[in-house]
Amino acid sequence: MHGLYNFVSGPMVWIAFILFIGGCLYRLVSLASLAKEKDTAVYAYMDFYYALRSIFHWIIPFGSENMRRQPLMTLFTFAFHICLICVPLFLFAHVVLWKESWNISWGFLSDSTADVMTLIVIASCIFFLVRRLTRPEVKFLTNRSDFIILAIVAAPFITGFWAYHQWAGYRMMLILHILSGEIMLIAIPFSRLSHAIFFPLTRGYMGSEFGAVKNAKDW
Amino acid sequence: MGEPAVKIEESKVVADEGLNRGMERLTPEKIEKVIQSVLKSETGSRLKVYVDTCVHCGLCSEACHFYLSNEKNPSFSPAGKVKQTLWEMLKQKGKVSPEFIRRASEIASTECNLCRRCSMYCPFGIDIAYLMLVVRRICHKLGVTPQYIQSTAHSHSATMNQMWVKEDEWIDSLMWQEEEAREEFPNLRIPLDKEGADIFYSVIAPEPKFRAQLIYQAAAIMHKAGLDWTMPSTPGWDNSDMCMYTGDNEVMGRLKKAHFESAMKLRVKRIVMGECGHAFRSVYDMGNRWLTWRMPPVPVTHAIEFYAELFKAGKIKLAKKYEQPVTLHDPCNIVRGRGLHEMARYVVNETCEKFIEMEPNREHNFCCSAGGGVINCGPPFRNKRVEGNKVKAEQLFVAKSKGAKTVIAPCHNCHGGLEDIIHHYGLGMELKFLGDIIYECMEK
Ligand code: SF4
Ligand code: SF4
Repeated sequence: MHGLYNFVSGPMVWIAFILFIGGCLYRLVSLASLAKEKDTAVYAYMDFYYALRSIFHWIIPFGSENMRRQPLMTLFTFAFHICLICVPLFLFAHVVLWKESWNISWGFLSDSTADVMTLIVIASCIFFLVRRLTRPEVKFLTNRSDFIILAIVAAPFITGFWAYHQWAGYRMMLILHILSGEIMLIAIPFSRLSHAIFFPLTRGYMGSEFGAVKNAKDW
Repeated sequence: MGEPAVKIEESKVVADEGLNRGMERLTPEKIEKVIQSVLKSETGSRLKVYVDTCVHCGLCSEACHFYLSNEKNPSFSPAGKVKQTLWEMLKQKGKVSPEFIRRASEIASTECNLCRRCSMYCPFGIDIAYLMLVVRRICHKLGVTPQYIQSTAHSHSATMNQMWVKEDEWIDSLMWQEEEAREEFPNLRIPLDKEGADIFYSVIAPEPKFRAQLIYQAAAIMHKAGLDWTMPSTPGWDNSDMCMYTGDNEVMGRLKKAHFESAMKLRVKRIVMGECGHAFRSVYDMGNRWLTWRMPPVPVTHAIEFYAELFKAGKIKLAKKYEQPVTLHDPCNIVRGRGLHEMARYVVNETCEKFIEMEPNREHNFCCSAGGGVINCGPPFRNKRVEGNKVKAEQLFVAKSKGAKTVIAPCHNCHGGLEDIIHHYGLGMELKFLGDIIYECMEK
């Protein structure tokens, strides 16, 4: 088990980060060059101001009409995404790791806050799952990959929570936690989790089309 | 091989010659080849990113009047329509059956108005209308397009107008309207081919064919406002464009070129167009892009903007205001497509005694369900179109219960669509263009 631990906490971390960062760059660059070749219009109509205007309305909770129509979904979506990004970045145990390896550090969350935020992520995943299974319009669009993606995202939080509370088999859980975190990082550029990197582009483009050409709001 | 995702009951299969005969001519090889070629050579980053980014959340559903009006049947949701068409084509790498293509064409051409409302409801701003146009393009290249709209596309291609109007008929209609109008305004003229005029006025072909009084009214407004205007006598006078909706981009390009060129030949300052939404989309958004003009090469003003200008400059005097309480339908292509909603309200308030908003309104207004070429797919799809827009009937009904008696719809397509809805649901409301109201109320 020690060897496995060393692998996931050593070379595998490097692999994960390289694939994550490299993958994101690759996706962005290949998209940009494809656009240059086939969709030059995208460049002609992209407008910085209107792109930001639209993005702004869509990253503010309840900033769009549809968010106001679906309050529960909006609450969960925002709570989920905020916690999903903040917990791994500002968890004390993670900050310490950065400090030890690279001698860099930044602020961190208290453990109890991080604990609650982790629960929020897990609860949101359950909410998304139930929504996917019960709402006909979501179910209709769902295929196996949607469940896999949800599992990939939930896993690091469930295992992390388990390991932190030192429940039975927590050493194994810690290994699974690290591994699942790495899988998630790698999956971001190469699965539909790439919506994270593409959101500013798609929203920004629609914002530019609506704002700069069509003189209308898109939220 | 990909089969239609949702099996449609036999009784619900709409008999349409264009779809049926087109389907019969298909072979699996041809389907695969055409899908691959469109995907490879005509689409790129947008299609890719829209397909990769969609998180299957279904949040766009709430936007679509088809979905809302069909008991929230998910096969009518925006992403649901993409799933039943493009996703499957991509997944099967183009290996789909002729029945699949028939169904895909029906979905893209008759169950989506390309109204773009869903782009405002999808968190990612995924352009479902664009994706549906890609499907229409594929079906066009496969020769599987609903018959009625294909016939208007043929007319466009043969005559450069939508309604098989011959050149002499066009000139005759204008002279006839001029003659009629001169009884009311003795010096009125409809100047043909006047070089260097300030305004080049263009209309859609159904105007000379069925609604010639609109040309009369426009002439009356131009005359009373003392404007320097002209209409072309040659092909290029029609600004409408069904080819943009059948996926026949090549003919769309020819049409817009003819339109812009006839304006350029006369060295006019700008094009002013009648109250039509789809024509505006074609001139301002899609046709110009196909011709690689970022913006139209000749400035284009839609009627609403034009009327607003006239009122601001005090060029039109009113003898009275329109008495009946009115409500206003915001046409997709000039509101989500051009943001003319405040100007429309300005003109309505200038001309009408009492204005009652319908809800939702402005960018959030529901489509009339006629747009995007759906009404042009003709009688076979009429019921689906009208029953697929119950929400519009409810929206109108609420406005009516607040007192609105007249619906103003500054768009030809919307007129057709709302007329059917008002009739089908027994709403008993009157339908008007802004030009009708201005003409009725102005000092003559
Ligand atoms: S009809 Fe409008 S809202 Fe519905 S899918 Fe088409 S573009 Fe979207
Ligand atoms: S709202 Fe957008 S991301 Fe969600 S299913 Fe619809 S198109 Fe896809």
